[in-house]
Amino acid sequence: MWRQSLLTGMVAWLAAAAPASAYVAYVSNEKGNTVSVIDTNSWTVTKTIKVGQRPRGIEFSRDGKFVMVAVGDDDTIQVIDTKTNEIVDSLPSGPDPELFTQDAAGKTMYVANENDNTVTVIDLEKRARIGDIQVGVEPEGMTISPDGKILINTSETTNMAHFIDTATRQIVANVLVDSRPRFAQFKHDSSELWVSSEIGGTVSIVDPVKHEVTGKITFDIPGLRKEAIQPVGIGMTKDGKTAFIALGPANRVAVVDAVSHKVIKYLLVGQRVWHMDFTPDEKFLLVTNGVSNDVSVIDVASQKVIKTIQVGELPWGITIAQP
Amino acid sequence: MFRWPIGIIALSLIATRALAADPVEIRIGYLGQAAVKSSLSLVDQPAENNGIAGARLAIEDNNTTGKFLNQRFVLDEVKVKNGDDVAKAATDLAARDSFIITDLPADALLKVSDALRDRGTVLLNAGAIDDRLREQDCRANVIHVAPTRTMLADALAQYLVWKQWKRWVLVSGSHDADKLYADALRRAATRFGAKIVQEKTFEDTGGARRTDSGVTLIQRQMPVFTQQLPAYDVLVAADESEVFADYLPYRTWDARPVAGSAGLVPTSWDAAHDQWGAIQIQNRFVKLNQRRMTALDMQAWTAARMIGEATSRTNSGDAAKVIGFLKGPDFSIAAFKGTRLTLRDWNLQLRQPILLADGRMVVSVSPQEGFLHQVSELDTLGVDRPETKCKLQ
Repeated sequence: MWRQSLLTGMVAWLAAAAPASAYVAYVSNEKGNTVSVIDTNSWTVTKTIKVGQRPRGIEFSRDGKFVMVAVGDDDTIQVIDTKTNEIVDSLPSGPDPELFTQDAAGKTMYVANENDNTVTVIDLEKRARIGDIQVGVEPEGMTISPDGKILINTSETTNMAHFIDTATRQIVANVLVDSRPRFAQFKHDSSELWVSSEIGGTVSIVDPVKHEVTGKITFDIPGLRKEAIQPVGIGMTKDGKTAFIALGPANRVAVVDAVSHKVIKYLLVGQRVWHMDFTPDEKFLLVTNGVSNDVSVIDVASQKVIKTIQVGELPWGITIAQP
Repeated sequence: MFRWPIGIIALSLIATRALAADPVEIRIGYLGQAAVKSSLSLVDQPAENNGIAGARLAIEDNNTTGKFLNQRFVLDEVKVKNGDDVAKAATDLAARDSFIITDLPADALLKVSDALRDRGTVLLNAGAIDDRLREQDCRANVIHVAPTRTMLADALAQYLVWKQWKRWVLVSGSHDADKLYADALRRAATRFGAKIVQEKTFEDTGGARRTDSGVTLIQRQMPVFTQQLPAYDVLVAADESEVFADYLPYRTWDARPVAGSAGLVPTSWDAAHDQWGAIQIQNRFVKLNQRRMTALDMQAWTAARMIGEATSRTNSGDAAKVIGFLKGPDFSIAAFKGTRLTLRDWNLQLRQPILLADGRMVVSVSPQEGFLHQVSELDTLGVDRPETKCKLQ
């Protein structure tokens, strides 16, 4: 009782201190088989939704009406209605879906299926599987170029970023990067593609036209052994100036000057930090900490961790939008 | 299925080379033994394709990657029987293959290594855990993918010490391999602060591993064998020969856990390991081979993947280039252990975390937290650079 009033007081204080527009974040909890819903005004979990087995990749539909979550061990993608926070549908993803991406119109979805070296193409309106693309071993990272023409898939054991023409659905280039590429992200102006390599410990900067690695971001944290630095999630501000990179068991997020590719600082977050998403106004960045079962809130302007929110077991992915 | 992607890639790649010619063929030999040793537990009985099955999966994985690089991998499998001339078998293989994965006992491996010494062939030892192959008997043409006995023993010791089970009773078998494992466990106890309060030897007096109603006899025999020991925390068994260790759990006079060759076992791989993306290779392996993946399978997979990694990084099938990369400072390989694996440059041993498994689950993974090292925490497992007797030549 006493604690609750204290908590309420703190929440009220926080809300007053940071009058953010109210957004809602959905966090997939890989071990808990749940999705936690976070209100970004109160920074509290307002609901926990039971989903299928091993939820990982999670994303709002482009119209904001649904949240889609890949439940790998059930071999499907479940669709959550954001009004009712209930599962209303599922998509034919292919075996063991992990990460996925959508085109700008929200009509086509591309899913990485870890188990059979394919990317599955899904028509979101018809809810039907309309094609498969053979890629390297253990497909994982998925992103689409800002103009929608190129789909990127990373394969973890082949160690490549595959460039796929979305019109012909054929691979047009393969770029070798460091070990276990996990995540790929274009700069908003399309000038660079960033690919994180978990075991390699680097982020490769790829020229999307020449299909060449033009540089690598490396990390060096005093007192931490190199093997513990395992980059996974990447977030870039729309102005292309700042990037945030989750470093896994290093328990830190690197803040990187996205122009010079130099690390500016390291923010201590929870344990085994994995994926991240910005609030749509880019004031806050939320990162999932798998081993400590929480989400850290980073104030983007001041580059400081301002809050930790307890969620379900092994939080993995996160997506944020207007409710 | 396999051919069309090559065509498409060749046509559509902003090609750095002219239209793809025939793929570069990279041949990997596999030299194993025909004899399968018998285990105490029927569940642990190795399959006839133990090891090779892992190499076959790696060839598939390499070929999936290879289709993007115009490389094609072929596995060349040879099994030697007892009494076969292993050096000749290896020389025949080396005429076709520049890389040979071996699953051979130490002496046979040394014979092969010496026979191929001037050929530029590289051997990848997937089967032999003998420390001497990386120490006084080390060879410049052998890369060791299998962990050593000292790595396995150190991995176990770190966990037992972390668990505060520091008083050990060590029971060793009477065969040479058992004695070597016991030596490694003694060394590990000293290194990490455990104390062996008593040692016992279990003499192999012969006898079958499979008998009807044998269980009745064992139930009487094992409590008596472990009676009147000083106070201890854990019974550590060194029984590579599979004579008695699996009879110990639940049958010790005192209620004590068993570790080493039974109970909690240090191993490079376990069928229950599912962390760090391992579930993906476990699934692929079961799909291809209709059985679960063993440590030897994983060691052979890793060996063949190391070749694939080197050929893709160098974009070449040229043996000298590939071997140069493998032995060079930029080499590392991902093998579902949560960290990159690299080679110890002083004896060409692959650094690797070691799993501790109880036959159903992975209990822990060593190195344990807090065992620090100035170069790599993986070097807290096994014989380290300052202690090595290896002079590569």
